[in-house]
This record gives sequence, C-alpha cells and structure tokens, in this order.
Amino acid sequence: MSQMNMIQALNSAMDVMMARDPGVVLMGEDVGYFGGVFRATEGLQRKYGEHRVLDSPIAEGGIVATAIGMSLNGLRPVAEIQFADYIYPAYDQIVSELARIRYRSGGDFCAPVTIRTPCGGGIRGGQTHSQSPEAIFAHVSGLKVVMPSNPYDAKGLLIAAIEEDDPVIFLEPKRLYNGPFDGDPNKPAVGWNSHPRGEVPEGHYRVDLGVADIVRPGAQLTIITYGTMVHVCMAAAEKAGVDAEVIDLRSFVPLDIETIVNSVKKTGRCIVAHEATRFGGFGGEILSTIQEECFWHLEAPILRVAGWDTPYPHAFEWEYFPGQARVIAAIKATMEAS
Amino acid sequence: MMRSRLHVPRPPARPGEKPDFSYVALSPAGAAARPDPNAPLNDTEFLSRDLVRVLDDKHRAVGPWDPHLAAADLELGLRHMLLTRVFDDRMHRAQRQGKITFYIKSTGEEAVSVAANMAMRPTDMLFPSYRNQGLQIARGRNIVDLMCQLLSNTRDMCKGRQLPVMYHSVEGNMFSISGNLATQFPQAVGWAMASAIKGEDHIAATWLGDGSTAEADFHYALLFAQIYKAPVILNVVNNQWAISTFQTFAGGEGRSFASRGPGYGMPGIRVDGNDFLAVYAVTQWAAERARMGAGPTLIEHVTYRAAPHSTSDDPSRYRPKDDYEHWPLGDPIDRLKSHLIALGEWSDEREQTLLKQCEDQVNQAWREAVTYGTLTDGPQLDPETMFQDVFKEQTPSLARQRMQLAQEIKERQLKERA
Repeated sequence: MSQMNMIQALNSAMDVMMARDPGVVLMGEDVGYFGGVFRATEGLQRKYGEHRVLDSPIAEGGIVATAIGMSLNGLRPVAEIQFADYIYPAYDQIVSELARIRYRSGGDFCAPVTIRTPCGGGIRGGQTHSQSPEAIFAHVSGLKVVMPSNPYDAKGLLIAAIEEDDPVIFLEPKRLYNGPFDGDPNKPAVGWNSHPRGEVPEGHYRVDLGVADIVRPGAQLTIITYGTMVHVCMAAAEKAGVDAEVIDLRSFVPLDIETIVNSVKKTGRCIVAHEATRFGGFGGEILSTIQEECFWHLEAPILRVAGWDTPYPHAFEWEYFPGQARVIAAIKATMEAS
Repeated sequence: MMRSRLHVPRPPARPGEKPDFSYVALSPAGAAARPDPNAPLNDTEFLSRDLVRVLDDKHRAVGPWDPHLAAADLELGLRHMLLTRVFDDRMHRAQRQGKITFYIKSTGEEAVSVAANMAMRPTDMLFPSYRNQGLQIARGRNIVDLMCQLLSNTRDMCKGRQLPVMYHSVEGNMFSISGNLATQFPQAVGWAMASAIKGEDHIAATWLGDGSTAEADFHYALLFAQIYKAPVILNVVNNQWAISTFQTFAGGEGRSFASRGPGYGMPGIRVDGNDFLAVYAVTQWAAERARMGAGPTLIEHVTYRAAPHSTSDDPSRYRPKDDYEHWPLGDPIDRLKSHLIALGEWSDEREQTLLKQCEDQVNQAWREAVTYGTLTDGPQLDPETMFQDVFKEQTPSLARQRMQLAQEIKERQLKERA
C-alpha cells in the first residue's frame, strides 16, 4: 500500500497493465514524452518506449479511429482525450463504430478500447474544460461508462476497464485529481494523503464495472451520486445532520440497480446529484428506475440536484456548481415532505 | 468593381444533355514512368497528375507498369470480375422481386476490387467500402454466405443486424462494413500501425468513394498514416458520383484526389481503374512500399459508377441516361477479355462457357441460400438474438428486456392462434 493521488493511481494502473500485457498501448495528445497535461502518463514512454506510448496529432476522431483499428489487430489501446470537452470530433467513431463493432459483426469482431478523459468542473475551466458528458455516452448501446471518485477506485476501475473486451468510456473528475473536494472553493485544498481511499495497492487489483459503492451507510435518506459530487454530498449530509446513505455509482453502464433499489426501499427518500446539466441528465434515468422499482416505498418525491441547464460559465463557476447549499436544500425538502 | 462570386460546381452534363468527359485527364497507356517504391516523394509526385495505364487501344500490355501476369492469373481475374457482375445482376433482380430489401451493385468497378486483392496477400487485412464485393469474391468467400447476409436469414453472419451488403469475414481478413462513410479509412491505418508495433509484415488496405473523401476521417487517415509511416494502402474509388453529387463537390475540380497524397507527404497515384493490369501494378507497388517500411500510398482509381448508387436510386434524374456509354475508360471486363484474346488465350466460346458457369454457380447458391430463410419465408432468426453481442456478457438490464420481448412474442402468438 502507498498513498497516491488520483493521477498517481491512474498512472499506476496503466503501468501495471503495460507490464502485464504487451498489447496495452497508450495514445493521445501530449501523453508521450511530456507525460500528459495532467501528468497521468508521466514516465511511461521512458519505461515502455515510444511505440507503446504514442504522442498523437490533435485529432480526436483520428485518435479514436486508429485506436479502434489497433484493437482489431490484437492490441488493447488506452486513448486519452485531453478534456472530455474535446471528445466530440470522435463522437461518430465512438457511437457508430466503437460501440457497434461487436454487435454489427454478429460477435465476430470486438474493439477492446478504453477512452480516458478528464471531465467535470471546479477548476475555472469555463465551458470548454468543465463538461460532464456521461449521459451522452451512457445513452449509446454498446458502451460501458464509468467514473471513479477516489484514487483506489480509479486504479482498480481502470485496470478492469483495460481488461474488458468491450469498449469503456472512463471519465475522470479532474477536480479530484489532487484531493477530495467538498464543494467549498474557499477552504484550503486538501490532498489524498489523509484520505482512506488514497491508500492504493502497488500491484494489480480490480474494481469491477457495474458495482456501486455505499460510501456512507444511513437509514433516513438515500443520496445517489458520483464523481466530485460524492464528496460534496458527504459533506452536505454531515452538515444537514441527517442519517443519509450515500451511494457512489462508479459505473453508469452497467448500472448497479440492485444497490440503488435496496437502499431506496430501506430509506423511502432519495435525491440524485450530479454536476452535469439537469435536463436529460443521467439523474433522470436513475429517477425513472427508482419510480418503477420502488414507487410504493417512497415517502417523498425524488429530487434532483444538478448543474443548471446552461453551458458552464467561467465567471459564475460557484453559482453554477451544485455545491453543498443546493444539496442541503434538497435534503431538507425531501426530509420535510410527508 | 471586382467582387467575390460564389462558385457552385456542376457536372458537365445533366439529363437530356450530351455526355462530356473532356474533364478527365488521360495519359497514353505505358506513358507514366514507374519509380522505385522507395523513391523520394518528389520523384513520385507526377503520378498524382498522370494516369497510370497498361492496356493500350490495341489491347496490348505496354510500359513499365506491366505486371507481366501469367495467362492463368489473367483468367482468374476475369473469372472473379465476371462472377462479381453476375452476382450483382442476380442480387439486384432479387431486390426488385422483393426478396431482399436493398442492394448496391459495383458494375463497371470490378477491377478496382478484384485486381487489388490479387496483388495482396490473403493475410493482409482489408477494410472495404460497400461497393467492394469484388474483394469478397476474389478472396474466395462462399457466395452462399454473402447471400445469407443479404437475406438476413438464419445463416446471416451479421445475425440480421446490418443492411444488405455490409459483409465481414474474420477468416477472410475482411473487416465489417459500416454503412457510415469513411469511418473504415482511419481504422485501417490503426490496424496497420498495430502491425508495425508488433513487428509483423502484414499490411492493411482500405477503400472509399470520391464523395467520402470530404469526410474528416479521410484526412485523419492520411495524416496518421503518414506521421507513423503505417503500412497501409489508401484507395479512393473515384467513380465520379456520390449518389447525385458530382465529384467536384468533394474537391475533385482542378486537383486530382491522388494529389491529396503528396499534400500529406505520401505518394498519390492516379490509375485507370478500369484497367485490370494497371490496378494490379499500382497495388503491387504500394504493397511492396508498405511492406518495406516506406509507408502509405494513396491510390485514386479513376472509374465510373455504371450502376445506380443503390436500389433506392434513379440516376436518370441527375445525369444523362447514356453517360456510361461515353465513358472514355471503357469496361474493365471487356478490356481484360480483349487483352486475353489479343494474347491468343481466350475466345468468345470460352467466354460463353465461363459466363454460364458463373450464372449456374450464382443460381445454385441462391437456391441454397433461401433454404436458410428469407425475411418473409422459411426458417427465421430468433428475435431474442438481438440482445446478444451488445456486450460480451449480457448485462442484467438487457436480460430483463430479453425476457420482456419473449413475453410480448408469446402473447402475440397466443392471439394469432386464437
């Protein structure tokens, strides 16, 4: 075990997999010699050579397309898209190709590609460096989509993603790279070194896709969330003084419906929180599922806490971001409903 | 006063007008030099403007690009092309009879696929477009399998999930045809990059139409292929038409599609796509270049789409009805046949025998294929198979939906019986 931040944990996952499997190759903008703008691939080109850690041209569609081609020829590419906001030029290759190759070929071909991409706000990135596109990819049949909220999960999930024979969109909440963030930008930043989930095994381990994590058990209310909002919701639940159960989804596809349903049946009250815009967001899917599966157990309407339905504004980051106040207001409203 | 005016390209002739192919720059057969496949870019650049041709007007093979194929290989090429055409005609008819939903013919473009495949190794990976059935035939795919795909029947390799003509073959090293345009181009480059990463000498080849070169994927492919010197052959089949859109709308006016190659730093070769020997020769050149590690080649096959875009298209609405009759590069099958006759290796009688063999083979295959079901008759695929292969393992939510569908079907059957 050693203490790692999320960047180090991701780096360790790729290092472990490259050492175990010569077919694992990395590609992306600035990932090679420089080690990535967030340093996730630092040192890996030096260790594994420039054939296995490829600096790519600034062409996301080309990166994903060539990664697909490599995967068809027996490699297991891990492509980094520098910011999730830059992924859209590759959207056709992801949706019409990557997601569909196994299906359209009757199971004869498969494309085991992992696409890593930093997402989410809280870093003063404005509307082109802050987006959370999980719902866009979760909606596409044939893609697995995950988002870790801490270094331990990040490493185990990334290893599991690389080992998958299906394509995985691996979303990394960049505000959590260097430490947990409870939504209060005025507090001094804290690192992962004092967090239990900053303790990360050095070697190989898996966090399986499709398994949610109950990060805080409770009896009065279920809060379903993921990514940066896990830490915001934990702090908000603490402040609100309710016995809330906080579920970190970790995986959108496959979705751990059982954990969600069991919790809501137990508590009878639920809120869903994410940074992404509310309309058409992944929260809607969670709400529908709960409504279908737990309707007669509900004691209050399920509420959503989300980013506003605007692009992510640079100057109003903390008015946009669904911070503790918005979560606490929802907790209160849910608890007060009879 | 000078001011800008929008230039809207138009084809040389519309319905009712006289066909005009004066825009097609031709070189005499045998005129283009054949540089070393490893020659510096400057020494190959003329190939993107000239037209590589081997067969002359007297049906002789002339010049430095003559691949000197044995008569048996020429005959094999003719057989593959003829079988492709007979197959196309029969399947087109099957669509008109309502037996299949959709079809795309490759009439007039058979050499582009057949000759290219014969110049490569069976272990090389192909990323075809939807008008490359000649590749499937020349690679020896069982035509019953192709027909079963067209029929979406119980033996359909795609399990009823793809439009007709979107074949694939793992054993035949042919990737699944997408249906979205140009996506296969950069994928072929990635496959070739992996071959180089693994230190293997397999190469990849891919095809798209002139219209699809407008897609970003075409440009990604050229860029990545050249940056990493991927062992790949990038083929543009310039058949002049993208449904009703003339090739000038993809930027074919004034500059050849082959000239995109030197623009990215790789050789671009403009070849007579209806000249079996020329297509064979340039593919062989590009394959040799790729295998020696010298990198990619862009080949523009100048040809003409003699058929409609698909069974849903009517070209008489946008081009002269007799356009193809005036196409200056003729018909690839007729030209190879004439060459064989000039060599004293062929006769009209042998031609008739071969044609009959191809027709019998296709008809017999069709009779077998329909026994595995059509969309309306015979054995049917189990609809529950639609939930397979979304992922390697079925997720719980897909399993639930499968059960829901099974229930729907059960209730429908009960109702039908009642």
